[in-house]
Order: sequence, then structure tokens, then C-alpha cells
Amino acid sequence: MNEHLEKILTEYEGRPKEVIPLLQEVQAALGHLPREAMLAIARFTGVPESRVYGVASFYGQFPFRPLGKRHIRVCRGISCHVRGASRILQAMERHLGIREGETTPDLEYSLDTVACLGTCGLAPCVAAGEKVEARMTPEKVAEYLAKDRRR
Amino acid sequence: MTISFPELKRRSTDAWQAVRGSRRPTILVGTATCGRSVGALEVLEALRQEVHSRRLDTALVEVGCTGLCYAEPLVSITKPPRPGVCYGNVTPEKARELVERYLVHDDPLPEDALGTIGAGRIEGIPRLVETPVLKPQVRSTLRNCGFIDPTRIEDYVAHDGYSGLARALEIGPQRIIDELKRSGLRGRGGAGFPTWRKWQFCREAPGAAKYVICNGSEGDPGTFSNKLLLESDPHSVLEGMLIAACAIGAERGYVYCPAEYPLALERLQLALAQMERCGLLGERILGSSFDFRITIKEGAGAYVCGEETALLECIEGRRGVPRLRPPFPPTSGLWGLPTVINNVETLACVALILGRGAEWFAELGRGQSEGTKLFCLSGNVKRSGVIEAPFGTTLREIVEGMGGGTCDGKPLKAVHIGGPGGGCLPPSALDTAADQESLLPLGASLGSGGVVVIDADACMVDIARNSLEFARRECCGQCVPCRLGTKQMLDVLTDISQGRGRTDDLELLAELAHGVKLGSLCGLGQTAANTLLSTMRYFPDDYRAHIDGKTCPTAACTAAGGDGGSLPLSRLNPGDRGCRTTA
Repeated sequence: MNEHLEKILTEYEGRPKEVIPLLQEVQAALGHLPREAMLAIARFTGVPESRVYGVASFYGQFPFRPLGKRHIRVCRGISCHVRGASRILQAMERHLGIREGETTPDLEYSLDTVACLGTCGLAPCVAAGEKVEARMTPEKVAEYLAKDRRR
Repeated sequence: MTISFPELKRRSTDAWQAVRGSRRPTILVGTATCGRSVGALEVLEALRQEVHSRRLDTALVEVGCTGLCYAEPLVSITKPPRPGVCYGNVTPEKARELVERYLVHDDPLPEDALGTIGAGRIEGIPRLVETPVLKPQVRSTLRNCGFIDPTRIEDYVAHDGYSGLARALEIGPQRIIDELKRSGLRGRGGAGFPTWRKWQFCREAPGAAKYVICNGSEGDPGTFSNKLLLESDPHSVLEGMLIAACAIGAERGYVYCPAEYPLALERLQLALAQMERCGLLGERILGSSFDFRITIKEGAGAYVCGEETALLECIEGRRGVPRLRPPFPPTSGLWGLPTVINNVETLACVALILGRGAEWFAELGRGQSEGTKLFCLSGNVKRSGVIEAPFGTTLREIVEGMGGGTCDGKPLKAVHIGGPGGGCLPPSALDTAADQESLLPLGASLGSGGVVVIDADACMVDIARNSLEFARRECCGQCVPCRLGTKQMLDVLTDISQGRGRTDDLELLAELAHGVKLGSLCGLGQTAANTLLSTMRYFPDDYRAHIDGKTCPTAACTAAGGDGGSLPLSRLNPGDRGCRTTA
């Protein structure tokens, strides 16, 4: 982690307003935010540690523990909801053997819900990484996970 | 290198003609996020292989989204001199068939076509603009979406892009603001504040520097029009930012775009690089004395940052909690300096108003608001998507006309309008005009234009729970009434949905809703209970069935119970989260 972090820090000036972009870069590089990274960012920007933690815990983008290789997010926005999002979530939970908010023990999959993916016109939808998959059905879930694994 | 605007326009028009003006056939594929989510890139690849293996002299162009979500992926094929033909729900197999049958053998497959585009007719295919979904639309903000290639600035400039900026630089700050005032433009983000007034305050406010911020934090579940604009026509939004900067005297701007919109972020980055190359960003823009730079700010996953002062906190690197107002951002915004914050759609309107004139814009409206509005139509509706219609268009025209009614022909139960802070209206309210003045008295609001169609399978207690669960999760925690009140309301609703409701619960909910509304600093808290209140007002029977009858009367719950009648709530597993899990 240290080399990642050092490389990231060299591109910044160490100003308080850089806290969020720094957290985002660490998040992108490591997939989560370890405690040491937050402490280093606090030292680098001169922002108190408590405040860096306060910022990191406020935003939804920053998990503190490692996520699975594939981070599956099921949309629970109102459009997806009325089109059966909870059945998609149930099917995902069943196929992956984990509940919402959990990660498989082999660190292959994490499963979460999100407020809205913005693909409401083709609801219900799910996302893995940056790729959104729409017009989901509970029946398509197994095929989707298999396709995703091949990719 | 600075080039004049006429020179930029001439070069862009030439570049456009070289690709799209030739006599050879052109294939357009919509590859915005919505298209990609149902396989548009696979369709594109199939077309590429097919065109290549048959050695066809055909231009294959990626375009943005037309707003016809229900028919994605969309492909249009033009064989001059005939008009283009638009096909919907295209699969890779269908794409190959289209190349073979139409490009090679000259059969336009009328049975697969949605409609023709442009002048001329093809036997057996309606004109796309005459179809029910498009006929009532007034496409001004969306004029380029799904038509131009959003990764090419030349395409935008060739279609009058940046002519609004050129005019703004000519007429100067005060006349820009006067033009906006005459246009009647009001913010499209939900609050509906007159845009010119915001700019006038900011222009007159003293400050060592001033800022323009484009608020692209489209967090309302059920809205996706800002994403569509940023992905399909990013320059129209950026042009609006430049005009705002010119009017208030700003040299720096930020585009705030959520991390959930990776393609929009990519398109914005590309667009900024192109603008710099063309002398539209940096120093002495288009040879004038106007300097301006734009930085992209990627959101970090907090809905409340769509609230403009929370957004400022986020850009400054802190927790995104709303500020106490006054002072308002136009006098004290980013770093305490005068700042104009406008919504994506508003800025796209600004570019049009300066380009085509205030009078043209004002005449687009109907009823009490000028211009057009983007509506995001989704839920149990036949033709979902983004539509552009004049203010004052009725909900019936939107839902039944353009939307085609419910998708499976099931009875309509409710229309949820205005995002989480909006409300649910019953079918009897369908003739209401979709503008703020008409919707507010009914307990709904226009918000950012989300229209979610809800059919008879839905349980309105469950819809209210979904909305409150959202508010509870997204509450920033600053105001106690919002932080505790949303949780309390959600708990009471959960009890009701699980058959533990008490007769006085509705009174309790109304009281809590009132307290949260009065005691919250920002729109999230002030409107958090709107969906709940509107469902209690228009669908009391749903509540009574849960509270008095201990049943959830919807077909969805019946299907889960499998007994052909109402599902007694006592039969739900204790671990279930009410009717939501059986929906």
C-alpha cells in the first residue's frame, strides 16, 4: 500500500481541499480505504485525523474493508422497485450465498444495494464495476453472474 | 492558437459534411449508458464485423441517447437519398440481418422499423416524429441527443453549438442577464428560482473571484435526464457554463458529476480537452478578453450533495452537509466567494436562449412557465424514457400519450412525480398540468422531472416505505428532526406493513411528517415525508387494509402467498421486511 500511496501523494500539494480526491485515488488503487491511508492523508493535508475519518465515513464511495473482485450493486430506486428490484436482490443473495452488504469468503463477490443507478428507463438494473446491466429478471441472475465471471 | 468563431464553425461544418454529408450509407448506434446496459456495444461490434467482412463503404457512428429507453438498443441506417430508418430493440443477430437485408439487398425491413428520420418517405414506415412518443414532444434541449456524435466537438459546433457563447461575448454581461430575464428561464433542478436573478445577485456581489458550478448531482431515484445530456450532448451544458461565467465575471468553474456516471465523466473530460484545443477554454476565449477554466469534480456518493450548499462543502473537501442560509451562494458560495450554481438542464437551456433568442424560448412554454422540461418516464410504463415537452403538458399526455400507458395493460394505480420529495397522485389527477403551480396544491411537485408510473400490483404503503428508506439512508445527520424523524416514520411504516399497525399510527405519521418538515435545514428533510403524506391522502384504503385488516391487498403479495386472495400479514416470516420482500 505504501508505494501506491506515496505515488498518489506526489501529485498533490497537501491542501485540505484535496482530502476527497485523495481518498478517491486511494479507493481506486486499493479498492477500499485502510486506516493507515486515512492517517497518511491526514498528515499530508494537515487535516485532523478525526475529520478525515468523518469525511470518509460520510460518503458512500469509501468502504473500509476490502470488497470482492466483483462488486455487484442492485438498484433499489423507485423505478427499479416497482419493476421488481427486491426479487432481483433475493435472487442475487440466493445465488451468491451472501446477504446485502456482505462479501463472499473467497473475496470474489460483494453485494450491495444503491439508491439509483440512473438507468431507470430500463429497470430493474444492477451494476458490476462501471458496467450497468438493465432489464434484469430473477431468472437472468444466474446467467448474468456466469457471464460476469467469464469476463 | 486562437481562431475566430466563424472560422471554427466553417471547419466544423466541413468536418461534419465529410462524415455525415456524403452520399454513402451511414449507420448510427446509440451507445450511451442506457443502450450499453442492454447490449448496444455488442450490436456495434456485430455491425462493425458485418460491414468489414462485406467490404461495404459505410460510415459507422456512435451517437448518444434519443431518450427512447424502451426501444434500446437503437440503430438508424441511412441510405441516401432516402431518409434514415430507426430500428429498436436491436440484437447482434438483428443487426447483421439489417446490414444484409437493407444495405446489401435494399429491403428496409418495415416491420422492424420504428420510423424514418429526415425528409422523404419510405413505404410502410411512419415518420419517427409522427409516432405517438415523439409527436407531442418539442425537442429543443434534446435536439442533438442521439443525432450527433458526443465525442466530437465539430458535430456540436456544426449544429449552431457555441453560437450562444459567441453572441454572449458580443453583447456583454448585463445584456446576457437581460436576455435571460426576458426568456423567463427558471432553474430546472427543482426549486424553480429565476436564473437571471441568481446571476444578477452574483454579478453585483463583491468578491476577489467568482465561480460557476454545474450541478450534475442527479441523485433523485427515477431521474436520468441530466445523465442523458452529459453523455449525449456535453458541450451544450459546458456552453451554458461559459455564458454564465461571462455574465457574472467568473474565471473558474466546476462540473460536479457523480461517480455513478462514469461515461458522463469520460465525455466531460474529452469535451474539456476539445474546448481547450479550439480556444473555447483558457485565456482569451474566441479572441475576446474572457478567460475561463473548468475543473471536473467527481461526486463521492452522497445524495445530499445535490443540495447546493452541501455540494460546496464537498468541493471544499468536507462532509457534504448543507449550510445555514443566508448568505446564499450568489453572494457567499465556494470558499466564501460569490458563486452561481446551476443545474445541467438549466445550463443547456441557457446556451439555447443566447443562441436562438429569449422570445423563441419563452414561446415554447404553455401555461405559467416558459420553455420546455425534460421528464424522465419510468416504472410500469410501456414507453419509458426521457421526453421533452412544454411546461404545462398534462400528466395524461405524458403517461398515456407519450408513455403509452401501463406496460402490461394493468390498471394504473398512481403516478409518482418529482423524485423522493415529490408525491404520488391517483389516476383522477391525470389531467393536471405538469408544472410546479399545478402540482404543489395536490401534494406533489415537479422536482427534477421524474415521473414513475405505478400499476395496480403495487402497494402504496410499500412505495412510501421505499421513499422513506431512501430519505433515512441519505439524511446527512445534521438536523435532528430529519435524522430521527425519518427513522421514526420508517419504523412506524414498517410496523404497518408487517401487520403491527395501530389505529392512531396515521395521526402519528402526520405529526412526525410535520415536525421533520419544519425542523429541517434543506430540501431533503423538508420534503422527506411528501411521498408518505400523498399516499396517505390518496390511498387511505391501502393503509386501512394493513392496519385494520392486517392484510396487504396487492396482487404482488397474493402471488407470494399463493392462496388467490389477500395475504394475511401474520403469515409473513418474522425476518421479512414487510410487504417489500414479497413484492
